[in-house]
Amino acid sequence: MNTDIYKEGPVVHNAAFIDGHSVEIPILKILQQDGTVYDGAELPDINEEHAVKIYKALAFHRALDERMIGAQRQGRISFYMAALGEEAASVGGAAGLEAQDMIMAQYREQGALIYRGFSLEDFMNQMFSNEKDLGKGRQMPIHYGSNALNYMTISSPLGTQIPQAAGYAYGQKLQGKDAVTLCYFGEGAASEGDFHAGLNMAAVHNAPVIFFCRNNGYAISTPSDEQYVGNGIASRGVGYGIKTIRIDGNDILAVLKAVQLARMYALEENKPVIIEAMSYRLGAHSTSDDPSGYRTKEEEEKWHAHDPISRMKSWMLAKNWWNEEQETALFEQLREDILAAVKVAEKIDKPPVEDLVTDVYDQVPEHLQKQLESLKTHIKKYPEAYPFTAGRIK
Amino acid sequence: MAQMNLLQAINNALDIAMAENDSALCFGEDVGHFGGVFRATSGLQEKYGKARCFNTPLVEQGIIGFANGLAAQGSTPIAEIQFADYIFPAFDQIVNESAKFRYRSGNEFNVGNLTIRTPYGGGIAGGLYHSQSPEAYFAHTPGLKIVVPRNPYQAKGLLLASIRDDNPVIFFEPKRLYRASVGEVPEEDYQLPIGKAEVTQQGSDISLLAWGAQMEIIEKAAEMAKKDGISCEIIDLRTILPWDVETIANSVLKTGRLLISQEAPLTAGFASEIAATIQQECFLHLESPIERVCGIDTPYPLSLEKEHAADHLKVYEAIKRSINY
Ligand SMILES: Cc1ncc(C[n+]2csc(CCOP(=O)(O)OP(=O)(O)O)c2C)c(N)n1
Repeated sequence: MNTDIYKEGPVVHNAAFIDGHSVEIPILKILQQDGTVYDGAELPDINEEHAVKIYKALAFHRALDERMIGAQRQGRISFYMAALGEEAASVGGAAGLEAQDMIMAQYREQGALIYRGFSLEDFMNQMFSNEKDLGKGRQMPIHYGSNALNYMTISSPLGTQIPQAAGYAYGQKLQGKDAVTLCYFGEGAASEGDFHAGLNMAAVHNAPVIFFCRNNGYAISTPSDEQYVGNGIASRGVGYGIKTIRIDGNDILAVLKAVQLARMYALEENKPVIIEAMSYRLGAHSTSDDPSGYRTKEEEEKWHAHDPISRMKSWMLAKNWWNEEQETALFEQLREDILAAVKVAEKIDKPPVEDLVTDVYDQVPEHLQKQLESLKTHIKKYPEAYPFTAGRIK
Repeated sequence: MAQMNLLQAINNALDIAMAENDSALCFGEDVGHFGGVFRATSGLQEKYGKARCFNTPLVEQGIIGFANGLAAQGSTPIAEIQFADYIFPAFDQIVNESAKFRYRSGNEFNVGNLTIRTPYGGGIAGGLYHSQSPEAYFAHTPGLKIVVPRNPYQAKGLLLASIRDDNPVIFFEPKRLYRASVGEVPEEDYQLPIGKAEVTQQGSDISLLAWGAQMEIIEKAAEMAKKDGISCEIIDLRTILPWDVETIANSVLKTGRLLISQEAPLTAGFASEIAATIQQECFLHLESPIERVCGIDTPYPLSLEKEHAADHLKVYEAIKRSINY
C-alpha cells in the first residue's frame, strides 16, 4: 500500500476548516484584446503558416454559425448550435494536437473539426441529415463525427464521453501509440457523475487524456453560480490529483500553449491533465433557446469586447501575417461557399429505408429484416405518406 | 373552465400542489427562473420562492438521489428530468432506491411522496436522444407507479393524483403534445384515478389500446376504419403500472379483438406484457391474435422518423388484418 497518499500537512491543535476558495488558481493570459502580447508572456509554438491556418478555421467557424442560424430561422434545418465567442477553445484545442490524437467532444466544438479539415459538404450533409451524412441522417444537426479525422461522433447524453476518453487514452497508451485523447465538455456537464468517474479513472490508471472544460458561464439557462460553488472546474482536477491549468479561453495563444504543454506532459508522463478555459457563451444555447429570458443584454455586451477572433486578428495584423483585404475576401468567399453548399445539401435525398435497420448490430438480424420487409410492403401501399423513401423502394 | 395547453395544465397542477402543501418542491435542470426548457414550471419560482422551485446542477442521479432523500424526510419532491432520454443516469436511484425504499426497510422508511416528471416520445425531429419512450424499463421494476396522460385535462388530474399518491410515481409527459394539445381544463382542483384505464369511445368490433401521444394515432386509425364499417372501441391505459387489466379484459370480452399500439420499439415493450395477460384472461373469446403496432426495433431515427413510427396507417392496416383474420 502506498501510504504517501495520506499526505500530512502541518499539525494543528485548534480545529479549523479549510476553505475551498483559499486555493488560488492562476489564469494564463498571453494575448491582450488589442493584439499585443503581455509583457514577459511565453508564446506557444506557432509560426505564420500555422497562425493563418488557425485564423482561417476561426473565420470559417464564425461564418458557418452565422449562416446556419439563418438557415434554421428560414426553416431549412431543424436545429443548430453556435459557438459564438468561444471559437478559440475548440479551434485552439485541435491546433495544439497532432492529427493522430483523438478528440471526443461534447457538441459545441465543431471548431476542432473545422481545423482538422472536415469539409463544408460534410458539415452540410450532416445538418441536412441526407444520405451522404457520415452518420446516415440518424442524429440531430451538429452531432458530427469522423473516423478519418479522429473525431468521435457526438452523443447527446452529457458527460458520457468523459470516462470513455479516459478509457480510449488508456488503450492508446497500452498500444504504444504516440497519441493522446482530448476530451471537451462544458462546466454544466462537469456536474454529471460521469465527470467524476472519468477523472478518477484517468488519474488512478494513468491515462494520457487531456480533459478540456469550456467554462462558458451557462448551461442552457443555468448560470455557473447555480451549477457549482467551488473554485470552478479546475479545483476538482486538483482534488483528483490531476495536473491542472486554468486559461483565458478567448485567448488563442493561451489555449495553444496549454494544449501543447498538456500533450507533452500527458505523453511523457502517461498522465491526465485538465484545462479549464474561461469564456462566455455569447449566443443562445441553441436555436430552441432564448437567452433574453435569463440574462441581460448588458452582460452579453461586456463579453462582446472579448471576442477571440478579433483578438487574434489584431495580433496577426500587427505581425503582418494578415491584412484587411485578405479579411474581406475571406469572409465574402466563406459566405458565398456556405450558401452554395446549403443549396446543394438540401437537394440530396434522405437516406434509403434500408438504413433504418443497419448498424443497430454488425449484421442486420432476422427480426429486423422482417420488420424492414413489412415496412416496405406498407410504404408501397401508402407512398404519399412516406415521401422520402417511397419512390426508391424496389 | 379555461382553455389550456398541456404545459399550462401541468403548470396549473404544480401551482395547486405547491399552494396546498408547503413541503412540495419543484426542481430540475433549468426549472427555476427560466421555468424549464419547455416552460412547465414557469412562474413557480416567482410565486413560491427560490427555496421551493429551483435549478439543480446538471446531474440526473443527483436530482433523483436528492429527491429520494427529501421524500424519505417527509417533503414532497416533484423532480423534473429534462428529457426522458436523460433519465438513465438516474436509473440506479430510481430502480434500486425509489422503487425499493419501502420494501427493503419493512416500511420503516418510504419515498412515497416522490413524483418524477419527464417529457417523452418522438415526432419532434429529435433523433435518437430526444425521442425515446422508456416506460417499459421502469414497468419491469416493482415499487414504481407509471402514469402517461393523453391531453391537458388528463394531465392536470393525473398529475395531482400522482403528487398525492403515496408511492413514487414517474409521470411521462407527451412532449409532442405540449403545445399542440389544447382543451378545456377546470381551474379548480380535481384528480383522476391512478391505475384506471378509460374507455374513450365505445365500439363493438375491436378494442384499440394506447397511452399518451399514441392515443391520437389510434383515434385517427379508428376514424379510417369507421368508413369501412368497422366499429372500434378505444381505450386509454393512462397508468402503465399498476395497469387496469379488468377494463381491458372486459372490452376484449365484448369485441373479441385487441390491438395495442405504443411508440416504443416492439420487443419487450409494455404492449407485450398486455398481450400476454389478455390472451390468458380472454383466450376463449379472442377471434384473432392480439395485434401490436409499435416502433420498429431500432433506436429512434431522425430523418426516417415517419418510417419508424407506429403511425395511423400502420394501425389502420392492423385493424383490417385483425378483422379479416
Ligand atoms: C444527461 C443529459 N442531461 C441533460 C441534457 C440536456 N442538455 C443539453 S445541453 C445542456 C446544457 C449543457 O451545458 P454545458 O455543459 O455547460 O455546455 P454548454 O452548452 O454551455 O456549451 C443540457 C442540460 C443532456 N443533453 N444530457
